[in-house]
Amino acid sequence: MDLIWLIPLLPGLGAAVNGLVGIRFFSKRTAGLVANATMAAALALSIYAFWQLLGLPGEEREHTVRIATWMSSMPLALSNGTIGNFFIPWGFRLDPLSGMMILVVTGIGFLIHVYSIGYMHGEPRGSYARFFAYLNLFVFFMLMLVLGDNFVVMFVGWEGVGLCSYLLIGYWYEKKSASDAGKKAFIVNRIGDWGFILGMFLIFATFGTLDFREVANAAGPMGVEAAGFGTLSLITLLLFVGAVGKSAQIPLYVWLPDAMEGPTPVSALIHAATMVTAGVYMVGRNAVLFEHAPMTMQVVAIVGVATAFMAATIGLVQNDIKRVLAYSTVSQLGFMFFAMGVGAFAAGAFHLMTHAFFKALLFLCSGSVIHAMAGQQDMRHMGGLKKYLPVTYVTMLIGTLAIAGIPPLSGFFSKDEILYRTFLNNKVIWGVAVVTALMTAFYMFRLMSMTFFGAYHGPAWEHADGRGSHGGAHDAQASHGGWHGPHESPTSMTVPLQILAVGAILAGFVGIPAALGGSNAIEHFLEPSFTARTVTHAEAPAGGVLSEHTVAGESKGAAPALSEHTSASKSKGEVTASGHPAEGAHEISWAGEMGLMGLSVLVGIIGILVAYRFYVRSPEIADRLARRWSGAHRVLSNKYYVDELYGATVVAGTMGGAKRLWVFDAKVVDGAVNGSGWLTLFSAWFSHLIDKYLVDGLVNLVGAVLEESSFVLRRLQTGLVQNYALVMLLGVFAFVSVYLFVR
Amino acid sequence: MITTTHYMMLSAALFTLGVVGVLTRRNIIIVFMSIELMLNAVNINLIAFSYYLQSAIGQVFAVFIIVVAAAEAAVGLGIILSFYRNKETVNIDEMSLLRW
Amino acid sequence: MVEAAAFYILAALILGFGALVITARSTVHSVLFLVADFLCVAALYVTLQAEFLAVIQVMVYAGGIVVLYLFVVMLVNLKRPPEAHSDPRRLGRLGVVMAAAVLAELVAIFAVGWAKPAGGEGALSPKNVEQIGRALYTDYLIPFELASILLLVAMIGAIILAKREL
Repeated sequence: MDLIWLIPLLPGLGAAVNGLVGIRFFSKRTAGLVANATMAAALALSIYAFWQLLGLPGEEREHTVRIATWMSSMPLALSNGTIGNFFIPWGFRLDPLSGMMILVVTGIGFLIHVYSIGYMHGEPRGSYARFFAYLNLFVFFMLMLVLGDNFVVMFVGWEGVGLCSYLLIGYWYEKKSASDAGKKAFIVNRIGDWGFILGMFLIFATFGTLDFREVANAAGPMGVEAAGFGTLSLITLLLFVGAVGKSAQIPLYVWLPDAMEGPTPVSALIHAATMVTAGVYMVGRNAVLFEHAPMTMQVVAIVGVATAFMAATIGLVQNDIKRVLAYSTVSQLGFMFFAMGVGAFAAGAFHLMTHAFFKALLFLCSGSVIHAMAGQQDMRHMGGLKKYLPVTYVTMLIGTLAIAGIPPLSGFFSKDEILYRTFLNNKVIWGVAVVTALMTAFYMFRLMSMTFFGAYHGPAWEHADGRGSHGGAHDAQASHGGWHGPHESPTSMTVPLQILAVGAILAGFVGIPAALGGSNAIEHFLEPSFTARTVTHAEAPAGGVLSEHTVAGESKGAAPALSEHTSASKSKGEVTASGHPAEGAHEISWAGEMGLMGLSVLVGIIGILVAYRFYVRSPEIADRLARRWSGAHRVLSNKYYVDELYGATVVAGTMGGAKRLWVFDAKVVDGAVNGSGWLTLFSAWFSHLIDKYLVDGLVNLVGAVLEESSFVLRRLQTGLVQNYALVMLLGVFAFVSVYLFVR
Repeated sequence: MITTTHYMMLSAALFTLGVVGVLTRRNIIIVFMSIELMLNAVNINLIAFSYYLQSAIGQVFAVFIIVVAAAEAAVGLGIILSFYRNKETVNIDEMSLLRW
Repeated sequence: MVEAAAFYILAALILGFGALVITARSTVHSVLFLVADFLCVAALYVTLQAEFLAVIQVMVYAGGIVVLYLFVVMLVNLKRPPEAHSDPRRLGRLGVVMAAAVLAELVAIFAVGWAKPAGGEGALSPKNVEQIGRALYTDYLIPFELASILLLVAMIGAIILAKREL
């Protein structure tokens, strides 16, 4: 476990090798091999480290490795007047939450790397290596994000994955829509990062440290800010702004649908399984802080459920297969957030894991479909592909059932846990969530119907060799010339699909709730990551058996109860949190829980059946409804015109401001410069005047004076000799007078 | 007793007469003659002092003065003649060509 | 006594003739009065025991220069009389006043005795000519030669100036 720092480093090395050398020199095989080898090694290391982690007893599952110092100690003043020590090491910490994350990232990342070997094969050699370099770089940053032991290292990863997202979305940078989408993603992300950075500043000013464990431990004994809006609420709100940007919640979700311009493996890895979940991870990492700020938790829950609902509504009417999946991702992220918002941190993290499996699966399957259809992404031009793409069909069906929440697939367990917790906390949110789940099932099965069932609506093809019709130029073309109709993808692409399908089926079994006889292992497993460790354990009034002191059950105000461990207590039959004062965990009976479970399954099935009817049996119903509710249909198709709204307000405002500044610069600043130039000219003209009239005037004056005086003096030249003699006599007279009077 | 003072006064008076003549008369020949008067006055002074100082130097100097006076009179009168030939006048007021 | 009387008489004559020179109407009269003046001066020289100078005075001045003047006066025999009024720019009256002032001052100086020369009275050696000659040809030889050159130059110049056609 001391080598956990190698886990991010190996893909990083792969990125460096591919980036510096591979783009120029490597063949496609070598580039792919380098990238996949590093990913496999990282995966092996992750599994090994995780296994070692499991070997430790529950409370001690936390291992920190510091390999170097980044920013050495610097004394800085804190908000409470003392002098804190600003010290940032390169530290990596393995604990349950990060252990789960590294498995998800390396596992699914490795599968996607393998998939990309086949999918990106049509690219030119240098670009192929470039793709793998970027992909490895992304995994490097993502692993740093989840393994970092303090905010700053996490932020390095945070920014890095944003950068790689930009690079990968704009992979086909010569296409304007792709480069625009990359820019949009990066800029919108940045807005969120602003909040994150402010949150970091405030955390340091309040706690004097940026290490996660120290911050959690310091915040643990602090009072819950139930009544008002205090420092912790502000901190958590700022952090949540960062999460909103990274994880595409309202109002910063607009980049995610556009991010589908990137290659499908990118969408699968970054925008389904890993990067967008960074926000969820961050909230979970700071669970202690969030639990002390009920106001922010409310905000988180409301934003999450609103996003989930809104994205689902948009997904109902989209025709691009990847767009549907993108909005589905936004919606599912909303699920994760409102789960955390009602206090179910472990449930949110559990859903993160299962979602990573089935969403990656769905994206890769869609990539397979697109590859088969030679770049066509519009579902209206597909249909009836079941018989041509059997493997893809089966795996995608598994993924769809998982996301719809059909047991015993993984999605059912995680989604149901979320719904259960939400029901206990806030019935309104629960209601909206149920409707969203219905819509989820509906649009996913709509996708399946339009793609795989029914009649084929695509272009015709030549069975024999000859002219084929090439589809759109979005994704990698089939490597052979001429399209011979939809065909199943090569093995390098289908094997990851199958492995992911297995994962989508089985991943849920780590979180079987107690109601069904399970032990809800994942919740127990993750619990230490969401609690603070304080010195005194006597604060648990019940003298809890567990040595750590759970903040979740601490005294609260009238705010919604956060029942973190109801299942745990139920499963173990012990009283842990129930001895705490204020309200204990709200629980409902086993029957109630089963009823809820049944309701969520029913909702899923209803959604599937309705979609089946609309799109398979009677396809005209959908068109009829679209015509009848044409206004609503148009609004949904245009995504509530949010992009246009942003363009008109924020973008136009920024551009207008920039233009005004430019005008200011051109007129005022340049005007000042020109003015000084004019001033110089003016002073030069003035000097010229002075020189011409004053200086030359003086010179001329001297001449004029002499001339005038000469007019006077020359009168002495009378020409009369006797006048001259008289003057001489005057001189004599003067001398004699002087002699006479001096003597 | 006749002292040098007397001779000096005589000389001064004669010199003044000469000056007045130079300044007053219009006829240029009269002016020249007044100049001769002035020279004579100086000569008187010199001779007187030579007598009273028992020295021959005064008389030698007076000889030189006479020589110079003679030369000057010759040349001056030559100039007057030239001028007369040009201008037909000896009126000194009309001899003011060297004026502005 | 005799010297005093001689002096005063001769002084009066000199000054009288001098005044007549400058105030005579006719030019010829002025010249004649000038001659008389020169002769009186020569007589004065004799009383001062400067016989040689007296003779030189008569010969050169009265005999040469005045004759020269007479010749010129004859040559410029004016038909028309001079103008009645003199040029006012000449400032003649001012000149007279200034001259009188200077004379007054000089007299004052001499009378008060600031410029009192030392002097005894004694007779020069009777060999006056010899003395002068000795001085001229020994101590003052160069001025003597220069004076002769000056005379030569003046003679040539006068001839050139006075010639009708050159």
